[in-house]
Amino acid sequence: MSIKQNFTADVLPDFRNLGVAARILIGVNALAFAAVLAAVPAWGAALERFLLVVARLEPALAVTLVALYALSPALARLAYWQGGAAVVALALAVSGTLHVASAPAGDAIEDLARTLALAAFAALLLLAYLRLLTRAYSPALAEARLQALQSRIRPHFLFNSLNAVLSLIRRDPRRAERALEDLADLFRVLMQDNRSFVALGDEISLLERYASLEQLRLGERLKVVWELAAAPRDALLPPMILQPLLENAIYHGVEPGAGEGRVVVRIERRGARVFARIENPYIEEHAQRAGNRMALANIRERLQLFFDVEARIDTRVAGERFVVEIAMPYRPAKA
Amino acid sequence: MLRVFIADDEAPARERLKELLADIAAELPTELVGEAANGLDAVERLPASRAQLLLLDIEMPGMRGLEVARHLAGLELAPAVVFVTAHDRHAVEAFELNALDYLLKPVRAERLAAALKKASAGGPPAREQLARAAAQAREYLSVTERNRIHLVPVRDVVYLRAELKYVTLRTRAGEHLIEESLVALEREFAERFVRVHRNCLVARAAVRGFERAAEGGDEPHWNVVLEGVPERLPVSRRQWAEVRLLAKEG
Repeated sequence: MSIKQNFTADVLPDFRNLGVAARILIGVNALAFAAVLAAVPAWGAALERFLLVVARLEPALAVTLVALYALSPALARLAYWQGGAAVVALALAVSGTLHVASAPAGDAIEDLARTLALAAFAALLLLAYLRLLTRAYSPALAEARLQALQSRIRPHFLFNSLNAVLSLIRRDPRRAERALEDLADLFRVLMQDNRSFVALGDEISLLERYASLEQLRLGERLKVVWELAAAPRDALLPPMILQPLLENAIYHGVEPGAGEGRVVVRIERRGARVFARIENPYIEEHAQRAGNRMALANIRERLQLFFDVEARIDTRVAGERFVVEIAMPYRPAKA
Repeated sequence: MLRVFIADDEAPARERLKELLADIAAELPTELVGEAANGLDAVERLPASRAQLLLLDIEMPGMRGLEVARHLAGLELAPAVVFVTAHDRHAVEAFELNALDYLLKPVRAERLAAALKKASAGGPPAREQLARAAAQAREYLSVTERNRIHLVPVRDVVYLRAELKYVTLRTRAGEHLIEESLVALEREFAERFVRVHRNCLVARAAVRGFERAAEGGDEPHWNVVLEGVPERLPVSRRQWAEVRLLAKEG
């Protein structure tokens, strides 16, 4: 890694992310509660007062969040300080307008000034908090990438595949060529910068290449069933999320079994969510060995870094099948 | 001609070894006398092949390579063994395979020739060495009858009792004699068996209860009642404190 990559320019948070929205919501309310608590010394009275404040605060907050959601792409194009100023201006405009609209006619101008000051203060504080959060997470992204590189393809897979290719060179040179091409593609993806999203279509073709290599060495023992008719190939997702899952499925569910092992890969879009499910035979004795959980923890962490709370990964044993399912938001790539 | 047997679950890997054996035939003539695609098959088929040398993959379905080698070591004409693995050196060290002959995949022809010569000169691996290298307890115990290996799943064993020279292995279906030490068995299968007497280990899962017994002139003592077999086994005074806890767990 070069030193340059450690330098990251400040960027505004993604206001369309559920986690960011939740942090703003909770942050502003917590500020309000703290302010009320400081002003009113008795618990009961403070709670009553807080409810009054909330009744006026929440509409402004909701309108601001919706506006941020709508303006998010435009804001992202601005420089950080411009975007920050725009966010503060937005908060001021919304709270000011609502204050004037809801206040009784005779209310003093002084009151409006206080509302605006509080809105600006809350907006600045949250921007600072979210900036810190983004900064704290950036090295984690780089580290997650490194971690991912280490845990991804098992050396066992590489050496067994090379061995299989060696066995083909004399008997079936063309198939050997194809296998080496697949291997090259796989490692090209492994070695590239994995910090940006990739299209599901590319990830699927990677899965197919990987599966054909495994097929080469496992032969009839491996049967992969692809259910991809409803897969949104333009969906964006973090790279190398699905391949390790397929690798796990084969390593734990097919290799230890003597008979045919069926692995089902199903990817589909339901509304605004993308679901990817991989299931394999559950072999109990093998499941007790460690290793599997580490790969899952790695994927969970990367999903969280990319999607925050909007993605999840679940595993379960259903009868004689082991099922892992990922759900993540559907974000189409721009054509 | 060295009689060679190949055990590997991946067909291309077996093909590759055959090619390499052909490549080194001028230097070291060999004859392929058998192949197996999983561990159980290897144990089943190797004895009749009268192989002198076994090329054995470590990670195989059915039964892992090290366990295969341990069962084969009981044969009168046990083969020399060269382990083959795609694991890296680090993993090999973890396996404590260093004392044994092993090759890393992909295998080179020169290395294969060297390993075959060394192993066939050295003879079959020592059982103690294999036992040390095996990180996990075996899934089977083996009874060698002339030139056949009979495997008994460890989970079927109700109790193990030391006789004069042998250990009697009792399942619901019958009895076998095995040539192993009760102490080593106790150590290997500590999770599964508990010692009830100086000469006897019983499967924890098979314990159904205890009975007071005082037959003839015997001192009064406890007998353990086991699922699936009619006989009652005495619990020694020394072991009673530990064994009685099983009754409470059950």
